[in-house]
Amino acid sequence: MVRRERKRTGRPRGVVAATAFFCALFLVPHLLDDAWVAVLTLVLFFAFVGQAWNLMMGHVGLLSLGHALFLGIGGYTTAVLLQDYGMTPWIGIPAGALVAAMVGAGIAWLGFRFSVRGVYFALLTIAFAEFFRILFSNWPLIGGTGGYFLRVVPEDNVPLLSLRGGADHFYYLFFVLFLVGLIVSARLVRGRIGMFWSAIREDEDAARALGVRSFRLKVLVVAVSAAMTACGGGAFALMNGSLFPNTLMGMQMSIQIILAPIIGGLGTLFGPFVGAVFVVLVLEFSRDLGQTAGVYGLSTLIYGLTVLGVILYMPEGIWPRLVRLAQPLRRDR
Amino acid sequence: MLLAVHGLTKWFGSVKAVRGIDFGVAKGEIVAHVGPNGAGKTTCFNIVAGAMRPSAGTVRLDGIDVTNQPPEEMAARGLARTFQIMRPMAGMTVLENALIGPLARGLAMADARGEAYRALERAGLEDKAESPAGLLTLPERKMLELARALSTAPRLLLLDEVMASLRPAEADRIVALLQDLRAEGLTILLIEHVMRVVMSLADRIVVMHHGEKIAEGTPADIAANRTVIDNYLGRRGAQ
Repeated sequence: MVRRERKRTGRPRGVVAATAFFCALFLVPHLLDDAWVAVLTLVLFFAFVGQAWNLMMGHVGLLSLGHALFLGIGGYTTAVLLQDYGMTPWIGIPAGALVAAMVGAGIAWLGFRFSVRGVYFALLTIAFAEFFRILFSNWPLIGGTGGYFLRVVPEDNVPLLSLRGGADHFYYLFFVLFLVGLIVSARLVRGRIGMFWSAIREDEDAARALGVRSFRLKVLVVAVSAAMTACGGGAFALMNGSLFPNTLMGMQMSIQIILAPIIGGLGTLFGPFVGAVFVVLVLEFSRDLGQTAGVYGLSTLIYGLTVLGVILYMPEGIWPRLVRLAQPLRRDR
Repeated sequence: MLLAVHGLTKWFGSVKAVRGIDFGVAKGEIVAHVGPNGAGKTTCFNIVAGAMRPSAGTVRLDGIDVTNQPPEEMAARGLARTFQIMRPMAGMTVLENALIGPLARGLAMADARGEAYRALERAGLEDKAESPAGLLTLPERKMLELARALSTAPRLLLLDEVMASLRPAEADRIVALLQDLRAEGLTILLIEHVMRVVMSLADRIVVMHHGEKIAEGTPADIAANRTVIDNYLGRRGAQ
């Protein structure tokens, strides 16, 4: 029997490119000024949470339109544990991830138990996100709509302990999150579980007939995705120092989260990053342009048109297009 | 009896698609379900495979009551099925399609690949292993359905019209494969419209009509059965 391994043409080139890419990302704070570092921090943030969302949508075909919920849970858990209970974010962020994973698993269990599929599942995620947003908005202990504010970083702050610090510190915090998110996703997606997830995405009934226990695998991906998103939310809260239910957990944030992976390429590992670069840069650029021109709303218009253009001309996303242009670089899936 | 079905009934709203059917499949046997469209054959299949719940009746596998077990549980118990409307996982390669079954059985990746290749080889698809399943031709898709089912190492194979819309030469390949599988001891339950195939392959035939079993017997019995001739085969088919 001839056993054929998957062709890995141009693998060294791919490795070189990846190494160069991560080195460049690592060096950013040494090469660019604070404004750029802040912009790229935002890129890494959206790349990371986009990756988390993409696990569900891109790899298993579960559309969540309420991922801001997990961002909020992670953010508030981290912030409240830090401020009111004096717990380091080293505990707070994992705690937030755990709570989010349980809430996510609960929603998933409820939805899949009653065979809620497709757009109806998406509606369920919106319903829960909105429910929690309204709940948080009316919860006096965490400030309600007025917001929750972290005290200023103390003088004797040790960034590695408190996970709070300056622009460079947060850049590296999100850099590490992004890297870990990428590795975790790659390992999951390319392993046994990833095969099952793909099978469920392609045809759940056929997968089940082959013995794939789709229910628990779907609950698992929602829990993992929720936990990752909550980690992003925790770090985001530390960086901003303030949390508002309507911005952190609103519909707009949920949409913002899903734009990067959709534009970058659904179901790809590098799509969310490429998409995040695009989304954040276009947003910044259009904002500058709008201010220069002094026309109110121009930035949103430019942003919308650009996003529309990409979706029209590269419906499969930017990353798959780049990969095809760079053939024979290896295919990412 | 490896598979024993008793009093199987299925209502779809006010339509009684299956009306209290009894049938069994002994170990190593090939049993064919025949009958006109809408006779309830696929519904029976779906219930046995766990894809549908019966309104009444029981399904036993190896003497164990497996009524209402979900499809993944039936797969784990050694039941494999093909789908009447082929369902290749189009975004995955042919090999990956055949890899899911062995992985779901708990095999390690390397062993699973070996099993997947063996299943593809049996179906004559080993040269297509790396191509996307969505690009296969219709006969190849049929073979992929078979390969995927075989990749789960089943004890009981359920085939839903695998010969439909195939040319005689292609159908003969599948017949030869099924005969090999029977020789190896695999038990097969199939739904088939191609009477030539059914007559040459089946040990027993169950004829269904309007959700009821109207006849059961060896191919020779069935070919001579008046009710079957009137309802399904027609005069010419019986000759």
